[in-house]
Amino acid sequence: MVSVMDAPMRPPLIRKSPVDSPSTAKGATFSWALISRELGESSDGTINIAHLAVDRHARSARAGKTAFRFLGADGSTRNVSYGELAGLTDRFGNTLKSLDVKKGDRVFVLCGRICELYVTVLGALKIGAVVSPLFQSFGPEPIRSRIGQAAGKVLVTTASAYQRKVAVLRAELPSLKHVLLIDDLGAGTIAGTLDVHTLLRAAPETPALVPTGPEDPALLHFTSGTTGLPKGAIHVHSAVLTHYATARIALDLHPDDVFWCTADPGWVTGTSYGIVAPLVIGATCIVDGADFDPLRWARILESERINVWYTAPTAIRLLMKAGPELFAGHRFPVLRLIASVGEALNPEAVWWGQDVLGRPIHDNWWQSETGGIMIGNTAAQDIKPGSMGRPLPGIAAHVVRHQEGEPVTVIEAPDTVGELALETGWPSMFRGYLDQPARYRECFAGNLYLTGDLVRRDADGYYWFVGRSDDVIKSSGHLIGSFEVESVLMEHPTVAEAGVVGKPDELAGEVIKAFVVLKRDIEPTEDLRLALMAHARRRLGAAVAPKEIAFVPALPHTRSGKIMRRLLKARELGLPEGDSSTLAQGEEI
Amino acid sequence: MTQKHEQIRTEVLAIVRRLAPEVDPARIIPDKSLRAQIDLDSMDWLNVLATIHEILGVNIPETDYGKVVTLDGIVAYLAERIPAAPQE
Repeated sequence: MVSVMDAPMRPPLIRKSPVDSPSTAKGATFSWALISRELGESSDGTINIAHLAVDRHARSARAGKTAFRFLGADGSTRNVSYGELAGLTDRFGNTLKSLDVKKGDRVFVLCGRICELYVTVLGALKIGAVVSPLFQSFGPEPIRSRIGQAAGKVLVTTASAYQRKVAVLRAELPSLKHVLLIDDLGAGTIAGTLDVHTLLRAAPETPALVPTGPEDPALLHFTSGTTGLPKGAIHVHSAVLTHYATARIALDLHPDDVFWCTADPGWVTGTSYGIVAPLVIGATCIVDGADFDPLRWARILESERINVWYTAPTAIRLLMKAGPELFAGHRFPVLRLIASVGEALNPEAVWWGQDVLGRPIHDNWWQSETGGIMIGNTAAQDIKPGSMGRPLPGIAAHVVRHQEGEPVTVIEAPDTVGELALETGWPSMFRGYLDQPARYRECFAGNLYLTGDLVRRDADGYYWFVGRSDDVIKSSGHLIGSFEVESVLMEHPTVAEAGVVGKPDELAGEVIKAFVVLKRDIEPTEDLRLALMAHARRRLGAAVAPKEIAFVPALPHTRSGKIMRRLLKARELGLPEGDSSTLAQGEEI
Repeated sequence: MTQKHEQIRTEVLAIVRRLAPEVDPARIIPDKSLRAQIDLDSMDWLNVLATIHEILGVNIPETDYGKVVTLDGIVAYLAERIPAAPQE
């Protein structure tokens, strides 16, 4: 019989390895001006992410070095050197120019992790366009609301994704002038689209760079709040300073490294650290185009000789579930650092890395709005398993008391729960929510950016995640807004009202559960439940649609008429309904 | 294709449709990646595998994920491991 006594006793700290790179011991002399100089700032004040990530290397001894190595689901591989990438992105940039895409215009990309996605992002950045990668598992509704909100001018996608998800809503997107297809179907021309490869062949490989300033918008990452439409967080070209510095400090990434970021660029991690940061460093990036497959991942780590690996808690938990046998036949002698982001990583997972892969996992914290890693267990510091680590050099973090109608105050006492706040001024801080200035202003109090995450800081300065201060759902590391899901459910003719909550899940953190009130005289049958599920999945896509739908006679409301999602969640979890911990701060019942 | 294969295929498609009821089985190309054709995220996929285990009694371990990429692959994999035709 197993008792708690059998659980291994683990120390609360993993000492930093003496063989870890000393390059991160730069905290004392850190400044953003120094980072800018290190990157070779231009004399005319211009700065361009794609130039620093690609062209700078293409004109150096690194031109022939592999920038990206794409691993296809079919076993194929494709290496693209920095020199080739410069040529491809120039061609793509010139293609966009020939389509009258100008600085500031928005370019979207919706496809798997294939070379064309990366060329689109970097080529668009090169000409000063603002680029937004979309999740491939988005359904038509999230695609429509994002492209529509941003008045997207160009979409680069595959023929199959276009036919399945975009063609039906094309008429609702008048801003969308051009759809460029990577034709994965071989079906030839589809009405209203252009073939990207034909355009690329015709485009000159002359330098496409358009001068951009440090405050010119570069990237648009959509994130979700509790209410309203998704928010498009705007990032500028000088964000690259954060990408570069944090890759060095938090990921210990060096030019000679082979780096694997498993995140899809549809998620901010997959852009900041799957594209920009490693290229600016001059490393080689592995890009796996296949779906998650534990054995495949073990093989990639080994055979591609990964030095630095950046992944996410859900993936780590799935690998843990597969059992240590999966990794038994594999060796990772060159794997130097493993990092994780997306949600708090449980201590067992940190230790699992140590036991099974030979390296502990370095958890870190950031969000779409911060643009880059802010807090981390760095290579230069001891790891506290379960903690997100300490603020990186150049980042000043605080725990604050933040209640509606009261001034925000800094909590100095250790081990006190409050909202995580960051002093403004780091380069990759978002510069706005697209067309939602009021929502942007609400994120700040004086010189503090309020993150919405509840944390505590221990006496050693390590931060520990406690929860969200709002009802945003975090599923597999992705923020999902209840509103977006509820709105789609309520479009169904049988639905009177819907309330959506995150239901705790061992692997995904949370999964989306919807509580649905049907209109009068509508029978709650299994067929109807399946029909609603199909409707939600068709409109929202698998990543955003609920995994569970339950019919309820009524939903709880506040006096002001808002759905009390926390009460729904308390009921789901079997907690006492009066438990005030499930109510938002200052929420009126 | 044997009757056994056909029964397994029907059962697998029913399982997929329980989790992703929007899927039209007639449009699935059996020798192409299932997840590339229909919208299943990692959690959906795990649920499909767990339901296969529950209903058809075959556990597909993580090391075999590479063998169950296509509908044909899943059916062949299960057919090898199910001794008799599945019960109605």
